[in-house]
Amino acid sequence: MASHAQPVTDSTTTRPVQFKIWRGDASGGAFEQYTARVTGGMVVLDCIHQVQAEQVPDLACRWNCKAGKCGSCSAEINGKPALMCMTRMDTLPTDQPVTVEPLRAFPSIRDLVTDVSWNYEVKKKITPFTPRKPDRPDGTWTMYQEDIERTQEFRKCIECFLCQDVCHVLRDHHKHDEFIGPRFLVNIAALEMHPLDVADRIADLKDRDGIGYCNIGKCCTKVCPESITITDNAIIPLKERVVDEFYDPITRLLRIFRSK
Amino acid sequence: MPLPQAPGFLETRRIDRWWIQPTLVFLGFGAFIVYSTWAALQGSNYFTGGPTHPGAQQLLSPFYSPVLWDATGLHSGHAWIGQQPAWWPTWLLFSPALFILPFPGLFRFTCYYYRGAYYKAFWGDPSSCGVGEPSFRGTRYRGEQKFPLLLQNAHRYALYIAILFIGILSYDAWVSLWSVDAEGVKHFGISVGSLVLALNVILLGGYTFGCHCFRHIIGGRQDCFSCHKHQHAAWKRVSWLNTRHMLFAWLSLFWVGFSDVYVRLCSMGIWTDWRIVG
Ligand code: SF4
Ligand code: SF4
Ligand code: FES
Ligand code: FES
Repeated sequence: MASHAQPVTDSTTTRPVQFKIWRGDASGGAFEQYTARVTGGMVVLDCIHQVQAEQVPDLACRWNCKAGKCGSCSAEINGKPALMCMTRMDTLPTDQPVTVEPLRAFPSIRDLVTDVSWNYEVKKKITPFTPRKPDRPDGTWTMYQEDIERTQEFRKCIECFLCQDVCHVLRDHHKHDEFIGPRFLVNIAALEMHPLDVADRIADLKDRDGIGYCNIGKCCTKVCPESITITDNAIIPLKERVVDEFYDPITRLLRIFRSK
Repeated sequence: MPLPQAPGFLETRRIDRWWIQPTLVFLGFGAFIVYSTWAALQGSNYFTGGPTHPGAQQLLSPFYSPVLWDATGLHSGHAWIGQQPAWWPTWLLFSPALFILPFPGLFRFTCYYYRGAYYKAFWGDPSSCGVGEPSFRGTRYRGEQKFPLLLQNAHRYALYIAILFIGILSYDAWVSLWSVDAEGVKHFGISVGSLVLALNVILLGGYTFGCHCFRHIIGGRQDCFSCHKHQHAAWKRVSWLNTRHMLFAWLSLFWVGFSDVYVRLCSMGIWTDWRIVG
């Protein structure tokens, strides 16, 4: 139907839209087709909730804020990792079913819900913020805006793990044991570039965290709902710090002289 | 961890035209590689002016700059050492560009932007975001973590050479403002070719000084910007170029190729290098 090819933008009329939603668990699953009534202004999560309320009460999905801030409703919509609550129906073509499936880089629990606990285990291993001795006896430090500006971007992360999901190192190559993924490279960048922090995470980055597995295709940057410039501002600068410490003969020599 | 099976090669549920971008990148880089290799192997028509073309502006193709030795019988006026060396084996093709092009070639090959782009367009790793990869790689994937791509970490050394080249090409653009007449007298003038070479330096400079390594070395390596105010100021400027790195990468790639085409066609007498001033 020609009229259905257009996105739903009108907020006064309602129109049926086909959905293909993945149903299943770790043992396997398949797409099942449902129809939602869509009006302008609705987001994908609204449609999932409608299907759940009216047709399949046991459809599992995870959500909390519906405001793009909790990072729970991550899924793949028409093959692209995105937050269901921030994907407006008027951005999707409706002449073919909208596919909604769980994140593919993590084990399935049920339907749209995946087990992302691997991420929490990764985070535990990262050396936490280690500030230098306070500048003053009252336990405070002096810092300027320009010192903290660069890392403020990284602190916007909502841990939706969309970047982890799209990263081919995890998604296609299953390097979960050797690579921590873009989200935690952002986390380490925020710590390493912090002017008060004195811990050194560079050796870990090179070996345990596997930063070299990133081949800088910027897919993580493209899907980040917080528009964090993950690859250019976090990962590449960290790669350069690894080069300074391990691969560049000149900076290594300089370090030897300085430490004498 | 019981992970879902990885998708097969080019398998995806994306419905947008994701293949357009890698295809354009493939064609764009491919065309440049083919043309630059051909042009480098010619070993002729790489300059105008000098003793060979009295009265013409002295243009030198950026593919051939700096000229260490001129090819036998050619006198570009740009050669640092002289004519093709006698020890060069006769069976081996000689072209002044063969000593030059590997350096900018390596600089681009190891550039962070180009790496990200050609891993996608040339070896499908992945072809596009959320698109499946060839299955032979699978969990054997090595990325830049291990040899051979580990060597990409030497990019900053290619940068140092590329900065030298910016100096040399600036000098060439300066030299292109003069012509030498039959009596050997120098005349100032600005031709279309001088502008082509000047723009080439500007675009290559925009690319080179927006390099991620440069951004790191110039100030990004510091944590405390308030302690290093000059480095912070420099870092901010380089960051401006760095956010446009892809744009400058393409503009400078196209323009350096066009500069060679321009000099080549003028040298062959097919195009005329119109003088604007002088
Ligand atoms: S840029 Fe690196 S971390 Fe980001 S998706 Fe690509 S490979 Fe993964
Ligand atoms: S970096 Fe962006 S995409 Fe990744 S977890 Fe944080 S908010 Fe999500
Ligand atoms: S429900 Fe919180 S981000 Fe979507
Ligand atoms: S990162 Fe592109 S030139 Fe260095």
